[in-house]
This record gives sequence, structure tokens and C-alpha cells, in this order.
Amino acid sequence: MNADYILLFFLTGILMVAGGMIMAYMISPKSENKQKRETYESGIPTIGKTWVQFKVGYYLFAILFLIFDVETVFIFPWAVAMKKVGMTAFVEILIFFVILGIGLLYAWKKNALEWE
Amino acid sequence: MVFNIYDFTGLTEWIHEGLSRSLSPGLTLVVEWALIGAGLLTLVALLGLVLIYLERKVSAVIQQRMGPMRVGPWGMTQTVADVLKLLLKEPLMTRNADKFLFNLAPFIVMTASFLALGALPFALGLHIMDLNIGILYITAITSLGVIGILLGGWASNNKFSLIGAIRSGAQIISYELSVSLAILSIVVLTGSLQISEIINTQQNGWWLFKGHIPALIAFVIFLIAGIAELNRGPFDLPEAESELTAGFHTEYSGFKFAFFFLAEFINMFILAGVGAILFLGGWLPLHFGIDNSFNHVMDFIPPIFWFFGKIFALILLMMWFKWTFPRLRIDQLLKLEWKYLLPLNLLNILLMAFIAMQGWYF
Repeated sequence: MNADYILLFFLTGILMVAGGMIMAYMISPKSENKQKRETYESGIPTIGKTWVQFKVGYYLFAILFLIFDVETVFIFPWAVAMKKVGMTAFVEILIFFVILGIGLLYAWKKNALEWE
Repeated sequence: MVFNIYDFTGLTEWIHEGLSRSLSPGLTLVVEWALIGAGLLTLVALLGLVLIYLERKVSAVIQQRMGPMRVGPWGMTQTVADVLKLLLKEPLMTRNADKFLFNLAPFIVMTASFLALGALPFALGLHIMDLNIGILYITAITSLGVIGILLGGWASNNKFSLIGAIRSGAQIISYELSVSLAILSIVVLTGSLQISEIINTQQNGWWLFKGHIPALIAFVIFLIAGIAELNRGPFDLPEAESELTAGFHTEYSGFKFAFFFLAEFINMFILAGVGAILFLGGWLPLHFGIDNSFNHVMDFIPPIFWFFGKIFALILLMMWFKWTFPRLRIDQLLKLEWKYLLPLNLLNILLMAFIAMQGWYF
């Protein structure tokens, strides 16, 4: 397979961003004053740190995502082989989805899918 | 003449042979890579200009305005003027920002777009990289962009940016599941992940029509989840102007902002491209029945126009959504994904597998 092209696309992306940023740096005007580099917050100085611990709800969804994403990775080879294997594959994925469904139901009942 | 608009294989082979006749193999490769790279860069620049103009005009039509009218005929060069303005702006960075990560973020976002764009087949023979895991590759690469968004929001050291970035992260990873599962329900029918093979299985009809109801459901889920993954339309709460100024790119200005903006539009193009490949037959023309005059008329339109036509049809649909529906709240957004789309999607795959097993598709 011609997978080396991945390197080419990568280089092209880097080239575009680096070229654009260097060009902008070279031709743009520059001036300095005291307030220019302040963090933007509607005109008032920001209070307290920004890099703080964040709402846990987002992490719950990230963990749920991890479970289901791994499951998606498992389904990829199944989906490719599905038509060749036939009935066996169907029964197997049925069992797999029932187990997953129980997991989702459990998360649902535990109110992990609620947003408070 | 080797140039044939219906089949680009002749043209690319002619270029390859012409180059290798006069140059050494190593140099041939370099020149070919340079040509492909230049082509991609041109495509991205052109797409950026066209899509941004289109978005402005579509929103103007929907809101009964004129849109840009002053720069050039019907404001057609407005985007060019805007790019120049962004280029001439001072590249600003706040004092408290994490300098390395702040500059790294646009690279990641833009490179991810390029990596996915290269795997799209634009026409017969105009397919740069035809991996045997093409669709898996695109799904994997498009999910890299979220790292850039999270990094950008975090490194800005701004509360608006951080909230926007975390929201964006939660949204993108949630909806990625639905996009992959919708893609998988078509892969069940094709039995292959290679893009050229997926297109070839649709010679006698597109999967949207051949795959019965599950294909239709998968298409609708794909569109909804795809728009959410792009942070667009009714799901644009990571950059909700009324509450978060500009979300994760609040602190970005000038050309760095332009890259975030451009990547968003390129990702929209990629998503529409994947939709066109899986559901609408890629560059294949629309056919009804076997060997009638309608099919011959459709065959007359070159594949490249079919592919771009389908993509722009899907893009216009997305823009229509964006300017028609009100924005969701974060709880509604997560509820929609985890309580409706995901269970529906799992059932849909089962239904699709059953249909594929019974051979009920055409």
C-alpha cells in the first residue's frame, strides 16, 4: 500500500501552518504597550487562576466514551467480516450488544448520563 | 491527448512516465510529492475561500439580507480581502499563555485536516492514497483534531477558552461514537474498508437507496452526529458567541485564528466527502434501473463534478441546519447523544446486520 503519502500530508499541513505563521510574523506591524498582552475578559483583569480542577461531569462522559470507543474498534473487524461469516457473526454481535446495552442501562440508572 | 475528464488514470500515468524518463527515481518521487502537495495546498486555499463566501451568502439568504456586496462583483473577493486583513494583523499572545502549546495547537488542528483530506477520492484515478483501511484511517485521523482544540483552549489561560475547549472535547468525543457506528452500519454491507471498493459496490445504486431503512437511519444519524463533531450548526456551543465570546479560540487572532477557522471548513468538506462516499456513491453518477437513456445522460457528467456536487449538496444542507435551528444546551446535547442516538445506532447496526445476512439489500 502507498502509506508513505501519510508523511506527505503531514508535511504539507506543517508547511502550510508554518509558512502562514512566518509570513504573518514578517509582514505584520508590531507595537507594544502595557495592556496589550493582558488576558481577555471583557475589559476587567481576570481574577484567580484559570488552570483549575474542572467539573467532574465532563470526565464521566470521557470515561463512558472510552468504553464505547473501544467497543467501536472491536466492531470494525466484525463489520468487515459480517457478510462472509453470516449467522455466527450475527449471534455473536447480538450477545456483545446485549452486554454493552446492560452497561449503558447501568450507567443510565446510576444517573451517569444526567447533567446537573 | 492523454487528458480524459472521465478517467484521470491516464493523466497521472503520463506524468509519472514523463518524469521518470528524464529524472532519476528519487527525483521523480520528490517532484511527484511536490506536485501532490501543491495540489492539496491549492485545494485547501480554494475551498477556504469558496466555503466562507458560501456560508456568508447562504446565511444572508436565510436571514433575508444581501451578505457581502462591496468587494468585487457580489462581494466575491470579500474572503480574499479578509485573508489579507488577517495576514496583516499582529500575531498576539497573552502574557500568561503557555507559549509552546499555544503555537502548537493550530499545527495539530490543520495537520489533522490535511491527513484526512488526502485520503478522499476526488474522481476516477484521482485518488492520492487508497489504503485498504481507508475509512478506519479517516475516522481515526479526524478525531485527532480535538487534541488541538483542547490544547489551544488550555494554553490560552483564559476562562472563556477553557470552558469552550472542555465543552468541545466532551461534545466531539461523544458524537464521534455515533459517527463511527453510522459508518460501520454501511461497512457491514460493503464488507470492506477500502474506499475504492466501497465506491465500486455502489455501481448499481447508492447505499442510501439500496440499504433499505437502516441505511436511511444511519444517514440521518451520520449527518446529525457529524455536524455535532464539527462544532457547527445547532451544536456550536463550544464557541457560543452570546456566552463564551469565541470559545476555545478567544485568545487567537490573526493568522492563527484563520487556521482554526479554515480547519473547521475543511473538516466540513471531509465529513461531507465521507458521507458522499458511503451513502451517495462517491464519484459515481446517479443511476435508475439498467441501461436507459437517463443513465446515459447522467454518465455524460464527469465523475469529478459528481463528487464535488454531492459534497456541496451536503455542505449546503449543513449550512441550512446551522442558520435555521437554535443552539442546544450542553445537557440537551449530551442527552441527545447518549440516550437517543447511541441506543438507536446500536439497534440500527443489528438491523443492518440482519438485512445483510438475509441478503435483503439489492
